[in-house]
Amino acid sequence: MNEPGRTDTDSIDVAYVAHLARLQLTPEETTTFQEQLEQVVGYVRKIDELDVTGIEPTAHAVQVENVFREDKVKPGLERDRVLENAPSCIQEQFQVPKIVE
Amino acid sequence: MQYEATIGLEVHVQLKTRSKMFCGCSTGFGAEPNTHVCPVCLGYPGAMPVMNGEAIKLTVITGLMLGCEISEYSKFDRKSYFYPDMPKNYQISQYDKPLCDGGTVDIDIDGETRSIGLTRIHLEEDVAKNMHFHDSSGVDFNRAGVPLMEVVSDPDMHSPEEAYAYLQALRQSVLYAGVSDCNLEEGNMRCDVNVSVAPAGSSTLGTKAEIKNMNTFKGVLNALKYEIARQIDEIESGGEIVQETRRWDPDRNVTSSMRTKEDAHDYRYFPEPDLMPVVLSIDQVSEWRAALPESPRGRRVRLVEEYGLPGYDAGVLVADKSIADFFEAAARKCGNAKAVSNLIMTEVLRLLSESEKELADVPITPEALAGLVGLLDAKTLNSNTAKEVLGILFEEGGDPKVIVEKKGLTQVSDSGVIDGFVAQAIAENPKSVADFNSGKEAAIQFLVGQVMRMSRGKANPQMVAQLLRDKLT
Ligand SMILES: [Zn+2]
Repeated sequence: MNEPGRTDTDSIDVAYVAHLARLQLTPEETTTFQEQLEQVVGYVRKIDELDVTGIEPTAHAVQVENVFREDKVKPGLERDRVLENAPSCIQEQFQVPKIVE
Repeated sequence: MQYEATIGLEVHVQLKTRSKMFCGCSTGFGAEPNTHVCPVCLGYPGAMPVMNGEAIKLTVITGLMLGCEISEYSKFDRKSYFYPDMPKNYQISQYDKPLCDGGTVDIDIDGETRSIGLTRIHLEEDVAKNMHFHDSSGVDFNRAGVPLMEVVSDPDMHSPEEAYAYLQALRQSVLYAGVSDCNLEEGNMRCDVNVSVAPAGSSTLGTKAEIKNMNTFKGVLNALKYEIARQIDEIESGGEIVQETRRWDPDRNVTSSMRTKEDAHDYRYFPEPDLMPVVLSIDQVSEWRAALPESPRGRRVRLVEEYGLPGYDAGVLVADKSIADFFEAAARKCGNAKAVSNLIMTEVLRLLSESEKELADVPITPEALAGLVGLLDAKTLNSNTAKEVLGILFEEGGDPKVIVEKKGLTQVSDSGVIDGFVAQAIAENPKSVADFNSGKEAAIQFLVGQVMRMSRGKANPQMVAQLLRDKLT
């Protein structure tokens, strides 16, 4: 799949990526990050120079599989302590700005 | 012009595990808000998820029931988005390596069987529940992290009725597989609907709309009826369908636009680095396959063969697994399967639907129903009094024999007692007697009814009819 915001060329759509990350950038910041991100991606792209024919893609550096736990209930956190972390609460819930769909 | 609709469904099914997908918090329904939470399902930085092996097993069992190909290798991915229901700002799901591929759900529609193709079944975590208050919203994380299996169909259905039949058949299979309670009120099954229309016979599909988060099957049926008509109207009147997400309003019976594709999400899936892949051995999958529960279709065939039931009866009983289980337990106890089936199909199902209850909510046991059939067979009860006892068993439970004795419902087959009633009925209804004597056969039924009333329903109706005939001719 060709993801939006990332093309086959080197250019990164910084404004788009910033929007996805809910970041507000000034035009100056956008230019700065454009350069820096392209350097970062360019550096990672060095890996393209390796010949990987015949090597299976892997999601992890370590070959470990099937890490499961038993289906057992364990007590969680005390609600009072949990809600202490919330900036504000409403009826024992985390209060957030009104969600409008 | 004739149009054809194309429908695909994504059904989220909550799996029957005790603990959540990636942490040990309880999945129990109806707890106080934010009491089943921990650092993992609250998305605290640094908290590490660990997979619930049971959720993997239940998903694979479903896949096997539905004829999917089980992936030898599958993995989890992060689906990024910002919304208050997901504190990590990503949901752990499966992107390109789901647990199950392909498969089918068989439906019966217009007297024919159709196989609806499945694309895949994958596993993900549920999100938190939002409550809306006057000028803010609240978030309850109890449901966040509960294992959800997503069954994705091919765009393989063409009418609202097919979609409805698909949902029922899928629910039936999932219930038979024993992997979910499928309780719609508790949101155990939720559905996203994709639908488009195109001129009949067209080789390309129309632009689709997605209707999100439906939690009743009737809702899906009605939403599709509305949405298909709306799209056809739009095209007929020269408009254009835009790809968008729509919301179903069950009170007003309409769908309305939520967002168009321009602001569609870009989920930026990438492999979840905190979870290792799942590699299923052939031995493991074979073991699960060998222990697979009977499918609803297999059971229907078996009920016909094993109990000599008509196909129609078997279909009705099998539709609800708990009813079929109840039937088999009662039929084995009393040996008169057809009588058990008749009582279930007429009385028990009627009582359940009138009281809007499930079998599990009422005290009647298979032993009690078997006992009741025994009393009918022994002619201790007639069909009227049997109904009365069944009503009591349904409300209060207990032993039918004890109820019959306590209520004095034993059928009266003592001709001496019945004789008295018969004489009285003849004396009080000269017109009916005259009608019968002049050849009106139906008049005898009225007289039988009178005698039954006098005996408070307890007389043996066959004996009453015989005695009346003897007296009148
Ligand atoms: Zn948790």
